[in-house]
Parts: sequence; structure tokens; C-alpha cells
Amino acid sequence: MADVRITGLQKHYGGFHALKGIDLAIKHGEFVVFVGPSGCGKSTLLRTIAGLEDVSGGEIAIGGKVVNKMRPRDRDISMVFQNYALYPYLSVYDNVAFGLRARKMAEAEIHKRVENAAETLGISPLLKRFPRELSGGQRQRVAIGRAIVRQAQLFLFDEPLSNLDAKLRDEMRAEIKRLHRDIATTMIYVTHDQVEAMTLADRIVILRDGRIEQQGAPLDLFERPATGFVAGFLGSPSINLIPAKLVSRGGSAALQLRTGETLELPASRTFPGGERDIVLGIRPQHLTRAVEGEPSLGIARIAATADLIQPTGTRTFVTSRIGGVAVTAELSAHDVNEQGGSLTYTVDLNRAILIDPLTDRVL
Amino acid sequence: MSFRQSQSHNPFGLALRYVVIVTILLVFLFPIYWLFMISFKTPDEIYHAPPLWVPGQFQFSNYLVLFKDGDVIAIWNSLVVAGASSLLAVVFGTFCAYSLARFKTGGDNLAMWIISQRMIPPIAVVFPIFLIYVRFGMVDTHFGLILLYTAFNLPYVIWMMRGYIADIPLELEESALIDGCTRWQMLWKVVFPMARSGLMATAVFTFVFAWNDFIFALVLTRTNVITFPVQLSHYFGGQSNFWSRIAAMSVLGTAPIFVAVCLMQRYMVRGISLGAVKG
Repeated sequence: MADVRITGLQKHYGGFHALKGIDLAIKHGEFVVFVGPSGCGKSTLLRTIAGLEDVSGGEIAIGGKVVNKMRPRDRDISMVFQNYALYPYLSVYDNVAFGLRARKMAEAEIHKRVENAAETLGISPLLKRFPRELSGGQRQRVAIGRAIVRQAQLFLFDEPLSNLDAKLRDEMRAEIKRLHRDIATTMIYVTHDQVEAMTLADRIVILRDGRIEQQGAPLDLFERPATGFVAGFLGSPSINLIPAKLVSRGGSAALQLRTGETLELPASRTFPGGERDIVLGIRPQHLTRAVEGEPSLGIARIAATADLIQPTGTRTFVTSRIGGVAVTAELSAHDVNEQGGSLTYTVDLNRAILIDPLTDRVL
Repeated sequence: MSFRQSQSHNPFGLALRYVVIVTILLVFLFPIYWLFMISFKTPDEIYHAPPLWVPGQFQFSNYLVLFKDGDVIAIWNSLVVAGASSLLAVVFGTFCAYSLARFKTGGDNLAMWIISQRMIPPIAVVFPIFLIYVRFGMVDTHFGLILLYTAFNLPYVIWMMRGYIADIPLELEESALIDGCTRWQMLWKVVFPMARSGLMATAVFTFVFAWNDFIFALVLTRTNVITFPVQLSHYFGGQSNFWSRIAAMSVLGTAPIFVAVCLMQRYMVRGISLGAVKG
């Protein structure tokens, strides 16, 4: 168990600048998820922490010790790989025991630990089998077993669930969360799946082009994104981004859509400067079907057509054109039934975000 | 698919297939059969007309003569020289191949340069090597032949093993490094077992090369370290050929290769790396 402190971390691959000054402090026992699109540097960051890549600049400390020059085996970490990395010529038992044997632990102790780990993960009946005789989910359990048996101070996961099918992924996700609750070791988890990031993390670190874009608790990031990139990355279906013009109307600010509608902003939201282009960000959950009566403060109404209806069972996703772009609303299952029918949305502008299209910053 | 089915259901097609298979087998197996039979025949039977398919009596005098005269030492010499040089070439070649495959040692061109060494015909270098060996007192020594065969087999081993190693999922090695292995331990515990089938096949080929080499052994040995092919050539005389000895010696000389290939076969089974990573 240990904290991790990363300061000014740089990584170059030839001419490619993969990590551009990462500063990050991870507390003891924390579950941190690195997330971002492919090529953002999240895997590289994990691999430098593991010692599989050397660093070009900056410092990594695990448990207060600078590990920049330390071999992977001396960092007291364990890692679960995307492709499981099981040795095909060894039985499940020998796979799990591999790391302990490499460290010359007594066989009796190895036996105890392997049995315990197998028990925890429900793979005891599989110990005599070989990896090729296991299903994908079982292999992933063995890979996790090999990591926990070492009782290392830091756990690293490199997209461990991306090879599993959807149902199994949900199961294993819960399993990993339970594992963290039970063994309370510091864990760093890399994924490109925002659902995994939201559900697992104590803290999400969003990376973009080798830099940390924003970090924080999952709901904080979801509700208060600092940039349009973060807003677009978290949430499913993803946030609707509608180009608009910020205008002032009778003392308060309003948004003018390209198609002519004007949405009056709540009085609490004031913006310096005159008229300018802006991007309105509304989550699909904040578009609802209008009910009779006067809308309350900060709630706007827009008439639209239900171009596309996608029921998921609990909720129904409806796609319409608003302000010249396709916009998705997440409605109750039976809110809309008729494809092509017209409906009126209420837009919760209190929860909408406004993004400066030039800087991508949220205003 | 339909072609296969019609063949297996059609008795004529099936019969035809067996006829073809048996014919091919006869063509390939007959010389080996004949060799075996000669090795058990008396001189009279060897020259008998019409040829005798089976000797009147299986007698081992042809073999006993080889043992009594000490000719079989050539088989032992070949075993030592081919075995040791194969082992050395495979071990050092694999380390070298690992370096080329994983650390990109020498860039893209070094591997090509190494294999190009194998393109030199042995006859072109045998006399310069002979002169060097004379100077260093290595003619007619086990060490001399082992060194030479190791050097000649290294490029082949490096080239082959580079391919096998490149096919090993990198994550297996990284996982071992994190789990507590040093690079050397990782080589023994991960790379060698993962490349085992390739390793065995390569080892057999290097063994066969050293076993069958005639030109180097002829030039670089005198009396101490005569190898099997050189010994065999002694039986072809100007006046007459010692067919009984040739046959018996050939049988003895074929046996180790036969055993080696049989042992290797079980490693050649594909799919040893199935299950390492998701396919």
C-alpha cells in the first residue's frame, strides 16, 4: 500500500511527445482511473509508473521512494494486462504462483496464498487447468488472481475488461470494485470506457494529448466539466453541443440559436462582454417532454420533431434537430411513440453549460 | 468440401487415393529398406543375382566388424561435435535473436547482414579456415569442429529465432518483469518455453547440418576426430566398395537423426501458444 506522486513527468518516443508534464498525487488506498481517447497518453503514463517505459523527464515516487531508475520487479507493484498475459505452458495454479516463485517464496506459503486468491475470485476448481481451457472471463480472473496473490503495494490495470463481452464486463467491473473495497490497496486503472471510469473511480483523471485535462470525483467531473472535451467525454449518450449566439435581452442574457429560437438564461447567469458565439451544452437527461402550464425560471421550451426513437427499455432516446444540429434527449420509456411526430421539449438551462468555442473552456 | 465428400463416399476414389499413397511410400521407403537389408546380408547375398529381398539369415557381423575395428568412434565423434555445436548455437543464437527482436539491436539491417553470412559456400572458406586452424593447432580436435559448426549455424539460429521471439506477446514478458523476474530469469522462464517448438525445430536443423557436413570434417580432421560422413567415405575404394560396411555404417548414422526428429515431433505441434492472449 502506498501513495504515488508524479511531478513534471515527460515522455518522448523519438519525435513524438507522449507525456507533456504530468503532475499527479494519488493517495494511499485511492482508486484512480486514467481515461481518455486513444493516443492521449493514459497507457504510457501507466507503463512509466510500472517501469516498463523509462521517463524522459520528471519524477515518479511510489510510497515516498523515487522509482525513476528502479527495475519493475523492485517497485512492488502488480499489473493486470488487457490480454491477460497468462503463460500458456503453465497451469492456472502455476500461473498464479509465478510471481511468488520468482521471488523465491517458500512453497507452503505460496500454496496458502494461491488457495486464498483462488477462493476470493472463485477459481479454485480451475487451478489444475491450463489457460487454453478457460473462457475469457475465467482467464481475466486468473490474471487478477496473479496480481492479488503478490500483495503488492500498488495495483495497475491496463484496460483489463476491453476483451470481454458486455455482460461479463459488467460482472467483472463489480468484482474489481469489490476487490478494491476488500483489500483497500492503491489502484490505478486505465480505460477508454467512460462507464468503467465513472463506476469504478474514486477519482477520474482525464487525459488529452499527453496532458491532464481535468481530474476529480466522477460526479464532480460529470456535473462541472472544465472544458467541452471533458463534458463530451463523460456521459452516455454524450452531451449535446448546440452552436448559439450569446445576446443580451432586456438586462439579462439569452441564447439565440441558428434556427432563430431564443432561450432566455436564468438571471443568475451573467456573462461579461457583448454579443458572441458560444456552444450550448445540454445533457440528454436535461431535455424533457414539456407539460402543460407556465415553465418555471430558467426552463425554456423548444418545439421539434422526433426524427429517431431508440427505446432501451427503461429510457427512450429521441433524436431531433434543434438549432441546426442533431440533439438526443433521454425521455421516459413511453414519452414518445410516434416516429416523425412533433413534440415540445423543455430545456433545463440551470444545468446547461456554456462553452467558449475558441478556448473550449466552460464559462 | 463437396469434392472431399464425393471422394470419401466413392469407393473408386478412395481406392485410387490409397494406390497413390502406397506408391509414393514405396518410392520413398524402398532405399531405406534396401539399406537395412544389405546391412544384414553376407557379401555373397549382396551381389546375388537376382537380388534377394530378404537375407537368408539376419546376421550382425557387418555391425560387429565396425565395433571391432573401432570405426564406430566416428558416430560418437559426430554425436559430440553435432550435439555440442547445436547446443551452443541455439543458446547463443537465441540470446542474440532476443536482442535483435526486442531491443532492435543493429536496426533493420544487422539481421540481414547476419543471415547473409550463411550465403557463402563452405568450400570458399574451407582452406583459409584450414590455414588458420593449423596455425592455432585446432586441426583434428573436437573443439575445432564444434567452434566451426557453431559459427556456421549461428546465423541460421539467429534468423529463425528472431521470428519466433517476435511472435511472443510482449505482455507475457512485461508481466514476468513486474512479477519479479530479472531479464535473464524472464528469458529462461518465459521466452524459452514460449519459443520451445521453434527452438526444437531449429536445434534439429543445426544438428542435421553438423551431422551431415562432409567438406569441413574432411579437411579439418586427420585421425582423432573423424566424423561419420568422412568415415563412410573411406569405404568407397578405388578397386571395390565395401557395401556391407557402407550399409551398416549408414544405418548407424541414420539412427541419431531419426531419433532426434522423432523427439522433436511432439514439440512441433501447433497451438502451444493458444490461450496466451485472446486470439
